Amino acid sequence: MSIEVRHLHKAFGSFVALDDVSLDVPGGELVALLGPSGSGKTTLLRIIAGLEPADRGSIHFHGEDATDQPVRERQVGFVFQHYALFRHMSVFENVAFGLRVRPRAVRPSEAEIRDTVMGLLHLVQLDVLAKRRPSELSGGQRQRVALARALAVKPKVLLLDEPFGALDAKVRKELRRWLRRLHEEVHVTSVFVTHDQEEALEVSDRVVIMNEGRIEQSGTPESVYEHPATPFVYGFLGDVNLFHGRIDQGRVTIGGSELDAPEWADVRDQAGLAYVRTYDVDVAALPTGSASMEAVVRRVRAFGPIVRLELTLSDGERTIEAHLPRDRFEALAVTHGQRVYVSPKHVRVFAGE
Amino acid sequence: MATVALSRTAAAPRAVARATGESRAVRWALTALALVFLGLMLMLPLVLVFTEAFAKGTQAYLDAIREPDALSAARLTLLIASIAVPINLVFGVAAAWCISKFEFLGKNLLITLIDLPFAVSPVVSGMIFVLLFGAHGWFGPWLSDHNIKIIFAVPGMVLATTFVTAPFVARELIPLMQEQGAEEEEAAVVLGANGWQTFVRVTLPNIKWGLLYGLILCNARAMGEFGAVSVVSGHIRGETNTLPLHVEILYNEYAFAASFAAASVLTLLALVTLALKTAVEWQQRRALAEVAEAEGAPERIDA
Repeated sequence: MSIEVRHLHKAFGSFVALDDVSLDVPGGELVALLGPSGSGKTTLLRIIAGLEPADRGSIHFHGEDATDQPVRERQVGFVFQHYALFRHMSVFENVAFGLRVRPRAVRPSEAEIRDTVMGLLHLVQLDVLAKRRPSELSGGQRQRVALARALAVKPKVLLLDEPFGALDAKVRKELRRWLRRLHEEVHVTSVFVTHDQEEALEVSDRVVIMNEGRIEQSGTPESVYEHPATPFVYGFLGDVNLFHGRIDQGRVTIGGSELDAPEWADVRDQAGLAYVRTYDVDVAALPTGSASMEAVVRRVRAFGPIVRLELTLSDGERTIEAHLPRDRFEALAVTHGQRVYVSPKHVRVFAGE
Repeated sequence: MATVALSRTAAAPRAVARATGESRAVRWALTALALVFLGLMLMLPLVLVFTEAFAKGTQAYLDAIREPDALSAARLTLLIASIAVPINLVFGVAAAWCISKFEFLGKNLLITLIDLPFAVSPVVSGMIFVLLFGAHGWFGPWLSDHNIKIIFAVPGMVLATTFVTAPFVARELIPLMQEQGAEEEEAAVVLGANGWQTFVRVTLPNIKWGLLYGLILCNARAMGEFGAVSVVSGHIRGETNTLPLHVEILYNEYAFAASFAAASVLTLLALVTLALKTAVEWQQRRALAEVAEAEGAPERIDA
């Protein structure tokens, strides 16, 4: 079941939450809505669910206009950040709720409800805890109950609002792998909201990056990461260093160094922003060419396979970050306070201040 | 771990005493003062009500409360409470619901207005109804034309009682429902529940202790209300006399034993209310502790 969002507008007072947002989610895909807080991602999700009315624009499920359809008729599954489990009901009754509230004519029999619920609890690996109260479960277990509850009504689409936001890092990692496996099993069209870029890139088929009520870019995790369309996306995905410089005929000047920027061959002396990923910063003991910049090592964090260096550039006192592979770091043998030369291996240049 | 915790609790009072630096004498004096005050202001009247009530023996006591006027007053008290309390149950739940779950213009005004009956003197509350429905009031002529009697009759007493007891349920529920938020209700609606199902299956179980607590207080006040009811009642024996009014009439007629006998019935009612209130509070605390525990539960690794 596909979702089509057309020209959505939504404002809360003077704050514009969504500004002409259009989005297509093909059936069966798992899409991540990624953005900082206040970017409108949760509002978009709630409008798709019908929990919030849009000011303008329309929502279609599989080509069918659902804009004015009340929430309870939309047949969506919604997973809340703080689970929103019914605290006075057992795990079993939580999952059964969506079936029990159906009109008598379409309500499954007690035996069918039992089978469905136990099947779902088995799917989320919680069948042994069916009689427990939500308060007796851990956060990760509760979120899995919430998921089973959402799936019990056989939703057309599954919407997840920061589903792992309230969990600690380790549980979060496990749950997100588990969500991916679950999606491959159930294959329901799913949209989940997150502000965690790693989570979005790792779990989803497609990432939609939002900022200030607009969609900045959407595409596969690989394509948005490798080819960010806007400075915002570049800055939001992964760790980057930002340089202010000038672009002139295919060359960009940052401080004292010059770099190639062939895509700007036609531009003459214009302000530009250069983005360099932390792992694209090379560090050497001696200057390596015109792109080299002198810097002093301020801080070394040498744990794990990647060593993080914080460096201060000699001209301008600006701090940049470089991530080196461990063997490279050991070959260099840099220490705190040492003078080194850094050079960007790849740079992405955007025009503007 | 357990022993550490135990020894800590045991050490706590001493630690507090040292921290505040009060001498034993001062602590004793303060405690004694509080106890004497409680004894004089609360316990003594309580004891007095019952001793006075039984001053002329058990038979006189039973006669006093079985006397037709007393029975009629008790019946009227129950009747008024049984109308006013359900009205305020519906109003309180509705007001708390819309205040805690929706955003709308005039919300703060509504919250302030709910407290109005607490702010004005009950006598003034009664006067308001006399001014509205009395013979010379706004609706007086129309009402007498249609032969409807509100003031100096039961409808007026019900109105006055309802007005005075309006805040109890809403006051109790608003903070509770605001704290619980609307997420569980949203979850229910997304799952296909209609408004009534959402209320009965999700909202009501979450607020039941708070609601009961509000109802107990509301009922206690409805049965004990004197000021507002006194203004609109007209004090017609056997017709518009409630228990509190009956107590006053008997007292004014120097029928002390009978007066205190009726008062003892009201006092018993208060004691029952207190017991119920304590039981509900205890339940509520347990429910809240469960929620707090639920929200603060440590994350476990569980895949």
